[in-house]
Amino acid sequence: MRKVSITLAALTVLGFTGAATAQQKGEILIGEQCDRTGPTQIVGIRLCAAVQDYINLVNSKGGVEGFKIKVDEIDHEYKVPPGMEAYERDKRDGAVSYMIYGTPHAQALNQKLNEDKIPGTSPGFGISASADGARYPYLFPVAATYWSQGAAAIQFVKEKLGGNLKGKKIAYVFYDNPAGREAIPILEDLQKTEGYELRTFAVPPPGVEMGAQVLDITQRFRPDFVIDHLFGRSPSVAIKEYKRAGYPLSKVMGLVWASAEADIEAAGGWQVAEGYHTMQFAGAGDDYPVRQEIKAMYKSQGKEPPKEMDDTVVYNRGLFVAALHVEAIRNALKANGGKKPTGEEVKKGFEQIHDFTLGGLVPPLKITAEDHEGGGWVQIFQAKGGKFVKETDWIRAYPDVVSAAVKKAE
Amino acid sequence: MFHRESGVFKTSYAADMALYPLPIAKWAVAAFAGLFIVIAPLTLGEYYISILNLILIACVGALGLNILVGYTGQISIGHGAFMSVGAYTAANLVTHLHAPFWITIPAGGIMAALIGAVVGIPSLRIKGIYLAIATLAAQLIIEWTINHVPAISGGVQASIQVPRPSLFGMQLRTQAQLYLFLMFFVVLAIVGTANLIRSRIGRAFIAIRDQDIAAEIIGINIFRYKLWAFAISSFYAGVTGVLYTYYLGIANYEQFQLTVSIDYLAMVIIGGLGSILGSIFGAVFVTLLPILTRWFLEDYGWLFFSQGDLLNAIPNLRLILFGGLIIFFLVVEPEGLNRLWRNIRNYFRVWPFSY
Repeated sequence: MRKVSITLAALTVLGFTGAATAQQKGEILIGEQCDRTGPTQIVGIRLCAAVQDYINLVNSKGGVEGFKIKVDEIDHEYKVPPGMEAYERDKRDGAVSYMIYGTPHAQALNQKLNEDKIPGTSPGFGISASADGARYPYLFPVAATYWSQGAAAIQFVKEKLGGNLKGKKIAYVFYDNPAGREAIPILEDLQKTEGYELRTFAVPPPGVEMGAQVLDITQRFRPDFVIDHLFGRSPSVAIKEYKRAGYPLSKVMGLVWASAEADIEAAGGWQVAEGYHTMQFAGAGDDYPVRQEIKAMYKSQGKEPPKEMDDTVVYNRGLFVAALHVEAIRNALKANGGKKPTGEEVKKGFEQIHDFTLGGLVPPLKITAEDHEGGGWVQIFQAKGGKFVKETDWIRAYPDVVSAAVKKAE
Repeated sequence: MFHRESGVFKTSYAADMALYPLPIAKWAVAAFAGLFIVIAPLTLGEYYISILNLILIACVGALGLNILVGYTGQISIGHGAFMSVGAYTAANLVTHLHAPFWITIPAGGIMAALIGAVVGIPSLRIKGIYLAIATLAAQLIIEWTINHVPAISGGVQASIQVPRPSLFGMQLRTQAQLYLFLMFFVVLAIVGTANLIRSRIGRAFIAIRDQDIAAEIIGINIFRYKLWAFAISSFYAGVTGVLYTYYLGIANYEQFQLTVSIDYLAMVIIGGLGSILGSIFGAVFVTLLPILTRWFLEDYGWLFFSQGDLLNAIPNLRLILFGGLIIFFLVVEPEGLNRLWRNIRNYFRVWPFSY
């Protein structure tokens, strides 16, 4: 019994010292949600590792304007109540900005972020209408929303099919949930002006069985191009099924959550997916200086670079999010003269981000008080010879159609 | 609750049936009420109150499910969907008619009760695992319907923004205000359940649970009471959904998927079937355990892991610990935390002179 109480006392002391070191002076806290154990863990484990690596890199170079950055990551298994608890906790600890993870979480936090005046980012998911900074002042999609992605996909298909979509057939294959359906209104709007024939094919969750849909698409509808908007396991299943049906993958493109290395690998490797087009909101591949710096940082510590880096698509997205948060904090510090910033100041910092490209990994964003999306830039890569090869530069498509939809949305 | 009597001295039926067998029981309830209604919101920080709020919402749902599973002996894995029915009913009433919460909360409950009663119809013919599958179908059908009918879901996103509830012209914004708001409904739910179980309807539920043929022979209309059980239980679920909607400020079908139904079933089973205190224990346990395991791992995890591995280890270990503790508690006491608590009390009743 005595032994136990001594150990307990020792543990308590250790706990207190741990708490004391965490509250150093001159530290800025960013709150982060993650899903490393739930249905989207395939993304979470890589994205969140990248966020930590980028912040460590920034801190190893002396931090931001003299401040150290700390990211407090809390796992929520993609469930909303634990996500709310995670947010409240980071808010108590004084977080000045927040990385949301998950569309339902972005929706549930929207009102809270406004009340607490903490800017939150929802890159590549969340509410498409939150591109409108006037109506969603503290929500920043920062990356292309599903509407911008749909528009960019149509423009890309138009180029691929010779500049005219009149009478062409396009299939839109979507995961049957709100996020999957979200791009449909834009595709229907564009149909009026471009004159293509659009047919939508729903894939019921969890999307691991889609032989029937693919047969329907490839044998009956016979589209000129297929746009996949799928999540989780289903993109790889789709690639496999197209291959089996003999449909050329060079006529298939995946929107941003159907376009990681992990999807290609799960579909049976690069030779299966040869030709598959993928849409990215952050640069894919290894050829960015920031990735080399992170590798050098690991090497200087005598460690191997983490294996999460091999999935460049998702990892780079983590770098993208982390870099934008750091940049917003930097802008806030410049504006307020080096005091510890408030959430409101970091929000203004986000709204000053432009031409911050991180060596080509980040698109030429221009975030303003009205446009929280930063333009809706994407880049198309193609699976070719074992890696993703850049096909286009950063593109934004039909901005007038997308912004009209944002204005119209309630 | 915490009192113990030294023996059985009751001489009349009235004394035996009394709600408070000893004066101290009354004082204990008053003390608990004071602790949770006055002292807790005044002393605890916002973060801790936000955790309590999640527990309070879960309490209402767990109490409702316990009426069905614990008291009537029927099973439902569709309660997540009933919550979404309540949530969307309230959200639509708020957006279209600007209805205040004292209309939307009962309305959400009644709508869920109606749908729950319809879903309960198969329970008249099938039992046990077969009924579970029938309610599972209800969960999927309701999810699909909300997802695909814009008139209910409010558009492609299937989510409707709802402003926070207002009381006497004041909008409830802070966690402490919402805490008191939620606490009011939790107290109502507890008192309602306690009185329901002591009533004719509650006794009929228990008779059906123990042996439905015997219940029918002594004159209980099984058809009516099974549907009542489904309706009342779904009413609680609907109210839970509305409370969630007000608490989060949004109705979203992704918050009420199958895993939620399973979570609530876990609360009821871990807490103790057929007891009010058990439902509360279950709600506290299932909501709090992941949070506590994370606190523990964050403080002491570095003893076992490097800083880099820790971020991966915490969520995974949390799941393992969570599962392990559930098994542990169910092995130690298969009848749930409520029974465990009663055993502890019974032990101390005669302590230190136990034989």
